[in-house]
Amino acid sequence: MTEVVATSVGSSQVTANRSSLLRWLSHGGLMLGLLILFIVVTMAIFASLLAPYDPYLQSLPTRFTPPVWFPGGGWEHPLGTDHLGRDYLSRIMYGAQISLAIGIGTAVVSGIIGTAIGVCAGYFGGKVDSILMFIITARLAMPVVLVALAVVALVGSSLTVVMLTLGFLLWDRFALVIRATTIQLRSSEFVTAAELQGASVLQIIGHEILPNLLNNLVVVATLEMAQAMILEAALSFLGLGVPAPLPSWGLMISEGKDSILFEPWLITIPGVFLFALVLGTNLLGDGLRDVMSPNGRN
Amino acid sequence: MLLNVENLNIDIATPNGSLAAVQDVSFRVSKGETLCIVGESGCGKSITALSLLGLLPKVAKRTARQMTFDGLDMQSMSKAELRALRGDRLSMIFQEPMTALNPLHTVGRQLSDVYRAHRKASRREAKERAIYLLKQVGISNAAQRLNQYPHELSGGLRQRVVIAMALMCEPELIVADEPTTALDVTIQAELLRLLIDLQKSFGMGMILITHDLGLVSRIADRVIVMYAGQVVEAAPAAELFTKPSHPYTRALLGSVPDPSYPRMKPLPSIPGTVPSLVSRMEGCHFFDRCPLACDACRQPIQLATIDKDHEARCIRVGKGEIRRKVVA
Amino acid sequence: MLSYAVRRIAMACLLTLFVSFIAYSLIFAAGDPAAALAGNASTAADADRLRQLYGFDRPIIVQYLHWLSGVLRGDLGTSLYFDQPVATLLLERFTTTARLGFFGLVLALVIAVPLGVVAGRWPNSMVDRLALLLAVVGQAMPSFWFALLLMILFSVKLSILPASGTASWQSFVMPTIVLGYFSMPAIMRLTRSGMISALESDYIRTARAMGLSEARVLFDYALRNAALPIISLSSAQFGFMLAGSVVVESVFAIHGAGSLAWESISRADLPTVQALVLCFSLFYVFFTMVADMLNAMLDPRMRSK
Repeated sequence: MTEVVATSVGSSQVTANRSSLLRWLSHGGLMLGLLILFIVVTMAIFASLLAPYDPYLQSLPTRFTPPVWFPGGGWEHPLGTDHLGRDYLSRIMYGAQISLAIGIGTAVVSGIIGTAIGVCAGYFGGKVDSILMFIITARLAMPVVLVALAVVALVGSSLTVVMLTLGFLLWDRFALVIRATTIQLRSSEFVTAAELQGASVLQIIGHEILPNLLNNLVVVATLEMAQAMILEAALSFLGLGVPAPLPSWGLMISEGKDSILFEPWLITIPGVFLFALVLGTNLLGDGLRDVMSPNGRN
Repeated sequence: MLLNVENLNIDIATPNGSLAAVQDVSFRVSKGETLCIVGESGCGKSITALSLLGLLPKVAKRTARQMTFDGLDMQSMSKAELRALRGDRLSMIFQEPMTALNPLHTVGRQLSDVYRAHRKASRREAKERAIYLLKQVGISNAAQRLNQYPHELSGGLRQRVVIAMALMCEPELIVADEPTTALDVTIQAELLRLLIDLQKSFGMGMILITHDLGLVSRIADRVIVMYAGQVVEAAPAAELFTKPSHPYTRALLGSVPDPSYPRMKPLPSIPGTVPSLVSRMEGCHFFDRCPLACDACRQPIQLATIDKDHEARCIRVGKGEIRRKVVA
Repeated sequence: MLSYAVRRIAMACLLTLFVSFIAYSLIFAAGDPAAALAGNASTAADADRLRQLYGFDRPIIVQYLHWLSGVLRGDLGTSLYFDQPVATLLLERFTTTARLGFFGLVLALVIAVPLGVVAGRWPNSMVDRLALLLAVVGQAMPSFWFALLLMILFSVKLSILPASGTASWQSFVMPTIVLGYFSMPAIMRLTRSGMISALESDYIRTARAMGLSEARVLFDYALRNAALPIISLSSAQFGFMLAGSVVVESVFAIHGAGSLAWESISRADLPTVQALVLCFSLFYVFFTMVADMLNAMLDPRMRSK
């Protein structure tokens, strides 16, 4: 009898694991997101090996070469060249590095700030919570693009400045989600048990709360990454983000803007990559939330 | 015959396959008659009630050999026809008064909406009707109550409003799903008395879903006892209480005449595995808890007639063993 | 209700004060405004002179209080570039931006709410999938790129809409589409999830059991309950949209507050930038406050508190 029970429990666990793997695989959005990110990350990491040209190499005689699928285009520049004759494909590949660096860097900075605020607000509650909620609301009231533009303009534009500025501005979603989750965890049995055993506040936060926030952190970090990448492109597009001649996709779109009449592909190509990367990251975030939350969607 | 349901089956689609929530349930209600459906939670009685009004969730599928209301075939009705019936000739009272009312509309507005959905009535007429019904359900200063919102009322008052709502159009049949379970014990008795009085004065048929057998003994004309989606016993109320035939009914009644009669085993609670249990069950559903279970109970068991109008789903019924024990 | 309104207004004032201080000090802390103002070709002496002229050498809190007292008197300072009162400048520019934002929000609501209602009523239907696709694409679409795409299509290829300016109603079409699509996804998703949870609720089951028509159930009972959070979100989106007008206005060369912001930042016109940050925050605070009060009025449970 005991044997029967044991096997049945064992087999049901196997099915559980298999079904959760299946849940991952059968989630179309998640898989598409992973695929897109895989392609862009590969492009970014191996840019120096894959890129056919130096992204900064100018060649005025071959400027405005159209991409291969247009008449006049050729395989020597599959995505054409820009107004300075730089190879567009190579610039796109190196540009992936910038978007990803901004995305990851911003997510880390804002993740640290937001988690600290969210955990404090959720764990201590009361006055602390009121004050921190006030700060979160204040942050939401600040016009992000405007403040970021102003700060970058005044400090001087560079990749690090953009990353830090966005990091210091985009922590609100982290804070709100982490706060809500911490409030839930705070009243859970294992936290009460730890308290009764005399664990210190830091121990409880470190050992009981933070590990349980991981799922949510990953989801929010993904969504925040996408947000940061769009904002970096917007800032660079406005000429107050990553400085030229760096191949930021937003900057490329901005440089292509003057050629909108005759070479619109200078705008569409980097835009398609930016759109795909943001789409992939969002799909990954939404997908992870669906797959990791016990109740599924909504 | 007001309502006639024959061989009602309800299947619920779950990720692990289909679950037979209700199997071959049949019952009838005549004008002015009270039918009680008794059973523990999860036995399928609430979902049976919802299926009568066509309010099943999308995952549930209903089939029945016959399902008629006043001679009208409910299965072939269009959505509009069914909607016209609901709230007008056939109405329902729900279990949870705290959430059954729309929090954003006044009591008066919600009552009027029901009346105006079925009758060509002006706002004023609907309002007068609402005041009349609030008085009927024993709410004092009804006119002022009309302008109040649900959250301003106590649970007992809210349930009175829900009852008034169900009776707005004087239905011929009312389905009450544990209408007082969520309330204070003191209010429970009062509200039930009100409901029964109203049933008499309106001449309604009533299906009362409950697990309170004391209540059943006082008001039911007929009783069906459900267990794990099946009817295990159906009988006129008087007969059920004097001659309970199914071991489950006897256990529910707690009236074990023979001290040597073994006690029922506690309900095995295994959350998450219930669906597969039910769908796999071949023989008697009560097998695991039945003190009289034997190998023969593993076969599919049909309802067996004991007397006129008295049936039970147990292999011992025909053989007279249970009867003998009860009589002895 | 009255005490709630008073508390909410006090909260909004406090919030504006705090935000304006943060924004003020952030912009000052970010760099040397005098040096930025003087430009690259200036000497240290030029910068020093400017510093004293504009009082940049005083502590931030003193400068802030000085500025704030001006703001309370309606004096937002003088634009360094345009050489006219910032207040006049803003009034003129914000009219355009607010109009644009309003059109954008209306468009977003007109599309998002019906779509969300249908998607929430019939989850996993064709419409639901389409709506989800539209939302996912919208959330990934950089608005400046979307604006350029529209421009390529409607102005360059088809030549049916003007690429820039605010001369005619046609020039508002593309900016409105861009801003509307920017806030549509969030509103649509919230409407959808709000409808789903409302339709699962007991009071909807009661309404259905009482034979109320599907239209009444859907739009009067369910949507009204789902609408409360939509109001809050729309007001926040309106605030974000105004602040996001920087990008759209610069693409379509619209002379609104957004393009003014961009110009002032490029020209280190700090009084104007500060006033703009204050105004954008103020709008956000104001509209979320209005939304909260609207919610309190529509929800009897909050009204009686």
